[in-house]
Amino acid sequence: MTGTMLSVEGLKAWYGAAQILHDVSFNVGRGEVVALMGRNGAGKTTTMKALMGLVTRRGALRFNGADIAGLRPFEIARLGLGFTPEDRRIFSELTVLENLDIGRQPPRQFADGAPAPVWTPERLFALFPNLGEMPNRPGGRMSGGEQQMLTVARTLMGNPLLVLLDEPSEGVAPLIVEQMANTIVELKKEGLSILLSEQNIHFARLVSDRVYVLEKGGIHWQGTMAELAGNVDVQRTYLTV
Amino acid sequence: MTLNALLFQALNGLSSASGLFFIAAGLSLIFGVTRIVNIAHGSLYMLGTYIAYSLATKIGGAFGFWGGIVLTAIIVGVIGALIEIVLLRRIYRAPELFQLLATFALVLVINDATLWLWGPEDLLGPRAPGLAGAVEIFGRRLPSYDLFLIFVAPAVLIVLHFALAKTRFGRLIRAATQDREMVGALGVNQAVLFTSVFALGALLAGLGGALQVAREPANLATDLIAIGDAFVVVVVGGMGSITGAYLAAIIIAEVKALCIAIGVVDLGFMSVNFSKFTLVAEFIVMAIVLVTRPYGLLGKPQGMVRSVAEPEDPIRPATPMLKGLGAAVFILLLALPLLAQTSPYLMILAIDVLIAVIFATSLHFIMGPGGMHSFGHAAYFGLGAYGAALLVQLAGFPMLAALLAAPIIALLGALLFGWFAVRLSGVYLAMLTLAFAQIVWALVFQWESFTGGSNGVIGVWPSPPFDKSWVYYLLALALAVISVLLLRRFLFAPFGYAMRAGRDSALRAEAIGIDVKRIHWLGFAIAGCVCGIAGGLFAFAKGSISPEAISVGRSIDGLVMVLLGGIQTLVGPIVGASVYATLQDTVMRQTEYWRALLGLIILVLVLAFPQGIAGALSSLARKLGRKPGGAA
Repeated sequence: MTGTMLSVEGLKAWYGAAQILHDVSFNVGRGEVVALMGRNGAGKTTTMKALMGLVTRRGALRFNGADIAGLRPFEIARLGLGFTPEDRRIFSELTVLENLDIGRQPPRQFADGAPAPVWTPERLFALFPNLGEMPNRPGGRMSGGEQQMLTVARTLMGNPLLVLLDEPSEGVAPLIVEQMANTIVELKKEGLSILLSEQNIHFARLVSDRVYVLEKGGIHWQGTMAELAGNVDVQRTYLTV
Repeated sequence: MTLNALLFQALNGLSSASGLFFIAAGLSLIFGVTRIVNIAHGSLYMLGTYIAYSLATKIGGAFGFWGGIVLTAIIVGVIGALIEIVLLRRIYRAPELFQLLATFALVLVINDATLWLWGPEDLLGPRAPGLAGAVEIFGRRLPSYDLFLIFVAPAVLIVLHFALAKTRFGRLIRAATQDREMVGALGVNQAVLFTSVFALGALLAGLGGALQVAREPANLATDLIAIGDAFVVVVVGGMGSITGAYLAAIIIAEVKALCIAIGVVDLGFMSVNFSKFTLVAEFIVMAIVLVTRPYGLLGKPQGMVRSVAEPEDPIRPATPMLKGLGAAVFILLLALPLLAQTSPYLMILAIDVLIAVIFATSLHFIMGPGGMHSFGHAAYFGLGAYGAALLVQLAGFPMLAALLAAPIIALLGALLFGWFAVRLSGVYLAMLTLAFAQIVWALVFQWESFTGGSNGVIGVWPSPPFDKSWVYYLLALALAVISVLLLRRFLFAPFGYAMRAGRDSALRAEAIGIDVKRIHWLGFAIAGCVCGIAGGLFAFAKGSISPEAISVGRSIDGLVMVLLGGIQTLVGPIVGASVYATLQDTVMRQTEYWRALLGLIILVLVLAFPQGIAGALSSLARKLGRKPGGAA
């Protein structure tokens, strides 16, 4: 791990007049997988949307050496921050290949000049064989798991340096969950950083290096995944339902 | 009528469908991506005909004509891009109605700019070089240019279809039509995408207009006629579907052609001239399609637009200060006749303002608390006005009885139209209400023997003592106060809460036992009924009523009044109507270019006060009121 990819300090965010995030600070290192954990409504999704500039936000946000606090979503995406939303938001009228094409961006480099992994539909079909079997199927006629893969693949088409993965294990079959975990490990091997939002500690354990625990729009605990796994108190207070 | 004549008219219909298709396709593309219903699209089409005329006559020859058509499309496309960059880009997050209002302001500005540049005369372009002749078909002569137009539309349809399916730009358009925010989060610059889609839509409208240059003269009334037709086509075909637009353009044009071909039919007891029902026929087709297939023939339910304007604040009962202010204004208004002795014009102006207040308040009732954006409130104004006038003229009703009957007639109309309208929402409801208003307009315009046609009903003067303008003013004042208080009473009764609940979340309201459709239907009927009072008052105030007074322009006037005042306050429509009616009667009639002036005023207001005048004032008041507390 060399240096910080993403650093967030004092992040506040609002939906309309309602303030959701009060003071969120964390960082993600290069090649690191970090999990944001917490129950429904803790602010995980809002944190990701705030990073992308999709909700009203304030705070110091730096990504790959650039200040992204005042940028618009497309500008942030063009710096190499990839976003896969929890509700997937597949273009249902478009085929798998067309969905991938919408996400396409030029190859890019890390701040130190090292090239980021470059993705093509062929490479993505190798990573997600299911998608390779249905290149011309419209997004609206795919299963939840297939859509989940497509939303990750679509984001990878932008050759991102860091991927925001919002609840990738939510509402998909156990087999797909396992495949998602493998994918995350693959991406990490490629040198990508990943910020994962998760409620499910079993899934998070498989892939994450470090954990931040969110509750009521603030960070309440942080540590390594191994520390969280051994800390039943924190799990009971902030995670189990 | 022979079969040949019918087939010939059918061909005629196909060639007029091409113009309809171009403008509707552009409108549909723009709506899909930007979610803006561009009312100025008819104006771009009109500009196309004018520009093509100038190029064809100034340059001349085959190059001036054919090259001119291509050049025109490009010029109009550039104008569209400028409109998007300068104006629309600033209001994508404003409420839907403000966007409609802004594009309507453009209609006014473009119309006056065209008048200034080209003058008021109709301008017929030259015959198309190379296609000046005619072909003999079905025993008649069809201009070869018309035949050419029949083939141009499907050719452009095929090109568009492939562009949407096979190019990255087309894929981006389709993706953004579904979820433009996600497209942005994937690194696509929405601003560039929106500008290019708007330019493409404008280009299509310009092309459609330019192609008409050898067929129909350039005419200043084209803008509203074209946009009305295009709305019908887009809504029948389904918003966002290009193929649907083509299909609908054909259906509408053919239905019209059929009406003309049938002509006069003797039914035994009466003879009906179908060729006079083209307008009604077009809108009946639309009403049938909307009721049976609410999203149009090939349309799909629209995706939710994410992160638009913030939710509205709930309306509040008047504060004691506001009530006191209202009472003071009322006393001042009662004393107005005393002030008016030196200037009789003041009374006429005051009556106009009061009528506008009733009209706008009743419209606000369904638009604000009801959430139903009616683009056809003129229908109920017209029913009230024509109802009262005809009862006086044909049935010998005394004035007061006719005034009493006006809201009842309007109520019956609103019950009928509202039953269909409340089944839809959003832009579809707006279009359907517009269609109903056009039916009422077309009926009074085309049913000459009963309504006097374009001359209208004249000689409807108030009887003594109301023939004195100050007495009539007091009557209008009394009716205005009663109407406003009655509507307020409804809003703060359980009925009003139920209506607002249905607006905010139809599903949740239904889950707690509110019959949302029925409540909205009743709300629609109440608004129509009160609007009928304004119509009746108007007929007697002017001594006449003509189709012009109940045209689409009046519906738009009402929307402008409500939005000027601000939709979130109850005082809004009163303030908006007063300001607007006063401006209309004083400043705007002073200049030949009052439309442009009005349009510019609207644009400035939309950009400066997205909450309306009253809304801006009240949020300013709240800010000022909060300051001392904030410092403590």
